[in-house]
Amino acid sequence: MKEKQAPDKVASKHFILKLYIAGQSPKSINAIANIKTICEENLHGRYELEVIDLYERPQLAQGDQIIALPTLIRKLPPPLRRIIGDLSDTGRVLVGLDIQKV
Amino acid sequence: MMVKSKKTSQTGLRAGLKKSPTGIAGLDQITDGGLPQGRPTLVCGGTGCGKTLLAMEFLVHGATEFNEPGVFMSFEETVRDLTENVVSLGFDLQEMIARKQLVLDYVYVERSEIEESGEYDLEGLFIRLGAAIDAIGARRVVLDTIETLFAGLPDPAILRAELRRLFRWLKDKGVTAVITGERGDKTLTRQGLEEYVSDCVIVLDHRVSEQTSSRRLRVVKYRGSTHGTNEYPFLIDADGISVLPVTALGLKHKVSAERVSSGVPRLDAMLGGKGYYRGSSVLISGTAGTGKSSLAAHFANNACLRGDRVLYFSFEESPDQIIRNMRSIGLDLQPWIKAGLLQIHAHRPSSAGLETHLALKHQLIMRFKPQVVIMDPLNSFVIGDNAIEVKSMLMRLVDFLKTQQITGLFTNLAQGGGPVEQTEVAISSLIDTWLLLRDIDSGGERNRCLSILKSRGMAHSNQIREFLLTDQGVELRDVYVGPEGVLTGSARLTKEAENQATLLIRDQEVELRQIELERKRTTLEAQIAMLRAEFAVQEVASQKVIGQETAEKAKLAQGRVDMGVSRKVDAKPNKGKGASK
Repeated sequence: MKEKQAPDKVASKHFILKLYIAGQSPKSINAIANIKTICEENLHGRYELEVIDLYERPQLAQGDQIIALPTLIRKLPPPLRRIIGDLSDTGRVLVGLDIQKV
Repeated sequence: MMVKSKKTSQTGLRAGLKKSPTGIAGLDQITDGGLPQGRPTLVCGGTGCGKTLLAMEFLVHGATEFNEPGVFMSFEETVRDLTENVVSLGFDLQEMIARKQLVLDYVYVERSEIEESGEYDLEGLFIRLGAAIDAIGARRVVLDTIETLFAGLPDPAILRAELRRLFRWLKDKGVTAVITGERGDKTLTRQGLEEYVSDCVIVLDHRVSEQTSSRRLRVVKYRGSTHGTNEYPFLIDADGISVLPVTALGLKHKVSAERVSSGVPRLDAMLGGKGYYRGSSVLISGTAGTGKSSLAAHFANNACLRGDRVLYFSFEESPDQIIRNMRSIGLDLQPWIKAGLLQIHAHRPSSAGLETHLALKHQLIMRFKPQVVIMDPLNSFVIGDNAIEVKSMLMRLVDFLKTQQITGLFTNLAQGGGPVEQTEVAISSLIDTWLLLRDIDSGGERNRCLSILKSRGMAHSNQIREFLLTDQGVELRDVYVGPEGVLTGSARLTKEAENQATLLIRDQEVELRQIELERKRTTLEAQIAMLRAEFAVQEVASQKVIGQETAEKAKLAQGRVDMGVSRKVDAKPNKGKGASK
């Protein structure tokens, strides 16, 4: 019962995601690929994804409290969530973003 | 130790290990110039031991005094907290940030917000730190306390690898870094950071013993450089941290041949006629009420008269009490305080730990720059069984005073009954001149006696003197030493009176004998004169008889001639004879 309620709640919400990466490192490339797949599969049409290369915009690191890379930040819906790593564990990414698999 | 440190300092110079001065009083002295430049230094210790402050001072001094901008990356305190915390030390971080001397970055890591999915690294931290360093051209970096990451991020194995990389990266960047770490159970830091940061490790400690706390600092390791290995006390006060490398590595202090008066002329006379040596340490020990403080006050007064500055540490009496009491023996110290020549600091020994006391004194001495330091009394520091610590503290203090050419005068309250020649804190070997005050209890009164137990480098009197506290100050009198033993006080006075009487009688006897002699001589001379007169009479009488005899003889001869003439004995009569007739 709970499982059915949750997606209904989240389904209506719009997701704003930021992915911080570091240049062309394998982890960065994997992370971009992984998040794109996850979003397309689970949040089709109701998400914005911004990929930020910290090498190019290092000044953003302080504001978003970035230490580890890659870091995925869920700006919206609140609360703020962070997922670090190359996002290869899809299950944990979904848990982290509070999305139930469709 | 001395030889070793010399050697390593030479090799240090050869290797050209550059150092970044911390600007923290004392720390640069211990580390022989500062932290290793371009290398990370680990500063670790328990909670509240002053790690963050040390790191912050390193940055602030670096930026303001050595023109080395710095980045402070805080993992625990927010920028606002940090700024507020150091305002009391007179550091205006906001202004420094505005002048591009400093970057403060608060790294916020909240475990509950973070989910891990797959491999990650700390490249973000590198980029962030790199950007901050580049923004102001920082030469110094502080990471306080990076171990927090272990609590905030999953997978310690990755973190360890990344930290190792970070420290290497910092080295490559050529920045002098200070990394702080919380003390662990068995290791210096909880996460064993000392494994990664191995160039220089400083341990801070804040311990409490006998209800008093003291802070200490120790340089555990310093690659390629000489450093003091002891635990040094340090203070955190309105001026920030000051470390006290009070123990000089060697006994190399210069000595002065100048003499300073003890303030009691007679005592100076006992000390080879000139008093103490400048820069020497003087100990006055004695039982309660023997006048230790009075002697100390005399010395202080005299030093002020000379124009020397005197720092008087009192551990039993308040400044006002000292001044009042000294007035009673004719010493007014108040004018000297007004003139700025004398400072009296009164602390309870229990107000702080020994090290803190030492640190405080050190600081006061450095600020006031006195020529004379008086501590009255020393042994009030001995609480419980800390005599060894007290000794080590005093040793360092005496050492420090000597290197600064400050004459130190300490008093020691000897326990009644025990041998007076033994100080409770056993510092006699550190002392150059040791005066002993004692009570001699006889004839229903107590009298004070002073003697010099030792006085290095001068011919000193071996006599015990009686020590009097008069309205005009301390006076020394000869004691009476005779067949009856050592007499003091009224016994001495009685004896002296007796002596006076004996002397008088003797004087009279001599006079009597002289008169007698004179009389005898007069008698003798009279006799001589009488005999002379007698002789003269006899002489005259004898002459007369002789004359008569001669005349008789002549008469007889003439008679015979006349008879011959008349009898016509010769053809020619004796005309002459006949004419004279």
